[in-house]
Amino acid sequence: MSVELVAYGCFFLTMALTYAIMCLGLNLQWGQTGLFNVGIAGFVAVGAYVSALLTTPDVADRLGGFGLPMPLGWLGGSLSAALIAYLVGRLTIRLRADYLAIATFGIAAAVQLLALNLEPVTGGPFGIGFIPRPFAGRAGDPLLFSVLNLALVAAVVLLLYMALERLVRSPWGRVLRAIREDEPAALALGKNANRFRLQAFAIGGGIMGLAGAVQAHFIGFIAPENYLPMLTFQVWAMLIVGGSGNNRGAILGAVLVWGIWALSAAFISATFEPGQQARAASLQIALIGVAICAVLLLRPQGVLGEARVVSRHLLEAVGSRKIRVATDAQPVRQPPE
Amino acid sequence: MPTDVDQQPGEERAAQGGMALIQVRDVAMQFGGLRAVDGLSLTLHQGEMLGLIGPNGAGKTTLFNLIAGSLKPTAGGIFIDDRDVSHEGADRRIGHGVGRTFQIPRPFAEMTVLENVLTGRQHQAGEHIWMNFLRGGQVAREERQAVEKARALLDFVTLSHLESEPARVLSGGQRKLLELARILMADPRAILLDEPAAGVNPSLLEVIIERIRWLNADGKSVLLIEHNMDMVARLCSRVVVMAAGRYLTEGTPDEVVRDPAVIEAYLGEAA
Repeated sequence: MSVELVAYGCFFLTMALTYAIMCLGLNLQWGQTGLFNVGIAGFVAVGAYVSALLTTPDVADRLGGFGLPMPLGWLGGSLSAALIAYLVGRLTIRLRADYLAIATFGIAAAVQLLALNLEPVTGGPFGIGFIPRPFAGRAGDPLLFSVLNLALVAAVVLLLYMALERLVRSPWGRVLRAIREDEPAALALGKNANRFRLQAFAIGGGIMGLAGAVQAHFIGFIAPENYLPMLTFQVWAMLIVGGSGNNRGAILGAVLVWGIWALSAAFISATFEPGQQARAASLQIALIGVAICAVLLLRPQGVLGEARVVSRHLLEAVGSRKIRVATDAQPVRQPPE
Repeated sequence: MPTDVDQQPGEERAAQGGMALIQVRDVAMQFGGLRAVDGLSLTLHQGEMLGLIGPNGAGKTTLFNLIAGSLKPTAGGIFIDDRDVSHEGADRRIGHGVGRTFQIPRPFAEMTVLENVLTGRQHQAGEHIWMNFLRGGQVAREERQAVEKARALLDFVTLSHLESEPARVLSGGQRKLLELARILMADPRAILLDEPAAGVNPSLLEVIIERIRWLNADGKSVLLIEHNMDMVARLCSRVVVMAAGRYLTEGTPDEVVRDPAVIEAYLGEAA
């Protein structure tokens, strides 16, 4: 196997995993809580731009250029997106699903237009370049560089996955699912639905912002055209294909759909004349659409389907039989015969 | 633990002038041009089992939703322990010790029966995001205690054998029992029961009646909306009758079913 092929494999997986981070954020919002966010691109863009502004060197005629370390950029990008999501959520979280969708779509469009027109901050249509890349000192060795980047992004995905699994299998996650399934019943049980939804929306937005930051540093360049509604469509397709309500499904879906996207791009560049390739690129979108239709028809729950989530504490207890023993040992009050 | 449910100590306490737990004072609810509840007052005492009956369209469920906080009155007030809670949301009622069930049961269909009951637990540290990372031991300990209690409640409502099943597989009567267990998980002082007998087969209905009777004997106040007069007569010593959104009369079940005004309200003037 050639070095180039391995390096490309690493590049492909790294990109796919950056989308997996977005998918994990969407899964928390939609898969667990039922929040219909179609403004994913906006939150990703906020994370990318904030991290880029915090970490790039000083540039004439543009705000920012603080030259901070990359982890601070990722943190700043993620927190900024979470804050925006929180503020948007405060205004919109009470809205019905379809109105929330319209509101988030509008926010994403506004963010993208701001990125395009706020040239003194965002660089306008030219974007921001020279964003520090992880392990830049190893760029002379493409294979090592690719492997290290893949390892870093994979570590981020793994940590995020573990944190989200802990949350969705906790009483907090149980309340989210209860609200998703029947809000009036959850309210009657004393659960403040708006507070929990707002939390899920803000954390999901923060995760999307982190994805934007990680991706921006991996590519080294961002521009407004990276954050068009197509990005939102891609991430939704990934979650639908992988399995909504399942963190593993979110990661798998990102890899599968990014695979279709990358393979179709390679097919188009190999098949069509250079002059026709721009138009032929729309075939990529059609292919993703076909993939969604196929999944919805053949396996509506996605490749992995929604995970049967139960409290991790409950699983531990059942595994050790502690609870059953305790219950048996202390019979509870029963109605008299 | 009560030893003889027939003595109905809760009812006795109420009859002896128990403290008012829930008070509905001159409440009105207007939906556009329709006045669904019109200046109605009633009191549920501590330990009492109060029946609320009336013909279809009398405004019972609207009143029930007002007491449960799902609706906010356009006039008058809802008081719990003499505190005005009229404009608090439905999620705050359980904090005052008032739980409710629904006329058409609303289980969390894709969650297991056990997890449905666990959701009723209040003040769990694990419902706070950071506690799951910073105080894992406390969260686990509380969850084990919650599971123990939830299993006990499932025993109580005879659903233990279904604890690992998704709630969607339950029958209508089992769903009503599940809702009862779920709200009991929150340790309410008063339970609002919205037609617990509706659509329930006779054998399960007996279980429901016995469990309600036992809960009342254990000191819980109950407000029962029900069309099944046999059930109301078996459970309640006092019944309030509503008609056209208004208070009509009250008395023992035997008194109200013989009251000409009640008969007229149910059957019309021809009666």
